[in-house]
Amino acid sequence: MRTSRRADFPLLARDPGLHYLDSAATSHKPRAVLDAIRDFYERDNANPHRGAYDLSARATERYHGARERIARFLGVSDVDCLLFTRGTTEALNLVATAWGHAYIGAGDEIVVTALEHHANFVPWQQLALARAARLVVSPLTDDQRVDVGALRQLVGPRTRVVAFGHVSNAIGTVNPVRDIAAIARSVGALVVCDGAQGAPHLRVDFDALDVDFYAFSGHKMCGPMGIGGLVGRRAILEAMPPYQFGGDMIDFVRDDHSTWNVLPHKFEAGTPNVADAVGLAAACEYLDGIGLDEVLAHERALTSLASERLQLIDGVRVFGPPARERSGVVSFSVDDIHPHDLATVLDQRGVCIRAGHHCAQPLMRRLGVPATARASFYVYSDESDVDALVRAVEEAKLLFAAPSLTI
Amino acid sequence: MADLQDLYQSIILDHNRKPKNYGALEGATCSAEGRNPLCGDAVRVELVVGEGGIEDVRFTGSGCAVSRASASIMTQAVKGRTRAEVEQMFIRFHELVTGKLKPEPAEARAMGEMAAFSGVSKFPIRVKCASMPWHTLRKALEDAAST
Repeated sequence: MRTSRRADFPLLARDPGLHYLDSAATSHKPRAVLDAIRDFYERDNANPHRGAYDLSARATERYHGARERIARFLGVSDVDCLLFTRGTTEALNLVATAWGHAYIGAGDEIVVTALEHHANFVPWQQLALARAARLVVSPLTDDQRVDVGALRQLVGPRTRVVAFGHVSNAIGTVNPVRDIAAIARSVGALVVCDGAQGAPHLRVDFDALDVDFYAFSGHKMCGPMGIGGLVGRRAILEAMPPYQFGGDMIDFVRDDHSTWNVLPHKFEAGTPNVADAVGLAAACEYLDGIGLDEVLAHERALTSLASERLQLIDGVRVFGPPARERSGVVSFSVDDIHPHDLATVLDQRGVCIRAGHHCAQPLMRRLGVPATARASFYVYSDESDVDALVRAVEEAKLLFAAPSLTI
Repeated sequence: MADLQDLYQSIILDHNRKPKNYGALEGATCSAEGRNPLCGDAVRVELVVGEGGIEDVRFTGSGCAVSRASASIMTQAVKGRTRAEVEQMFIRFHELVTGKLKPEPAEARAMGEMAAFSGVSKFPIRVKCASMPWHTLRKALEDAAST
């Protein structure tokens, strides 16, 4: 019944009854990733870039080796334009803060979509407030896609940034990156893509993607928590000011001013998270071993199956476009059962789903619901997870339909 | 489904379906809003507070069965009570849902429908759902006291 890949993931292998359907929040980690992290600490741990001794040189090599491996995974040929961050949130804050404060002025417009995760919404909102600029929220179609026609009408000569997600975390909608980027380019705006839900599931070819910035998180793609990155265009990264100041990122420090190190160091102040970078490189190796086309096909099959079977249950509504146009996410509601209650019932059956606003309150307002239930799949998910999900939803309906007492 | 039925006792399911004192309160003297930032649930509690205590109370908002039923049962329990009595009720309720209080049958009877929340203690994630209406009520009373 279980997919053989499940055996690669120690936590899942240990608990055969667990139906983990919250991979859009964070993925599990294959043994190869855990081993790589341990191996770094056991064999090559030292502060990179600093020590004039062999061990430090090895740590430096492991760190840059990891950068190269991850760059290859994301189709980035200019490796030093891949900056490590704690994850997507920090990467997007980096752009909004460092680039934004240098280039956004009063009356400028920043366009985001109504699908965005708070991490690609609030930094822009706050930038707009700080610079007396205007945040414009691009509307959605009735099935929660970016309304490309409306976006085309929205942008104009004052538009400086168009920021959008590659894939919606709340609904799973895969956005037409090229179309959106072309619209942004037509008015000379910076193109920022939140790839937190893209990089784990779709082949990303940054060089061919025509976006200026692409942000991603390691922990959603089989890597460890606390590592992710930002890929940017060299000319933009070199022209913009640094994000944080400290060790590693400087060239010369005078009493009254400083100059900056070259890429990628300019944007990596402080001791870097080498072990987790090494772990993330191992995750890329693992995913490439499966093949991203297979990853997506596997998820889509489960997403379609789950969507079809859930929709057969009376009172279930699945949000978003058809499953073939989504990644591995099924966002749904059940009449008269609050998602939070549903999640508790499912949890009792070993089915882990997310219930809530998914850090996408602007989207929830537009859907007209306070929250949804969300099941999300990944490489280790299988049909038995769908069975367990559907069975538990039916059980929840029975529980909540229990005959009423008179009160 | 033993644990689930402990949590979703029929009293709770009934109050969720048909909450008491739901809706805006005309002539409210104080009010407060509570939110659970994790799930986006929100509740608004409105009160008429007089010399003797809570003369009337109603609530609005969206939430899960646990928070709705808790708000419904709370509004019934606190109506006509003094501030001091309400504070005592809150303390007992909070001890109940966090598992610090395991009421004897007589004590449970004295707590009335509030005793239906004893199963919440087995679901630590849901303690906030049950206690949010109470925290909101206390916030409204504090605001009333400070004006």
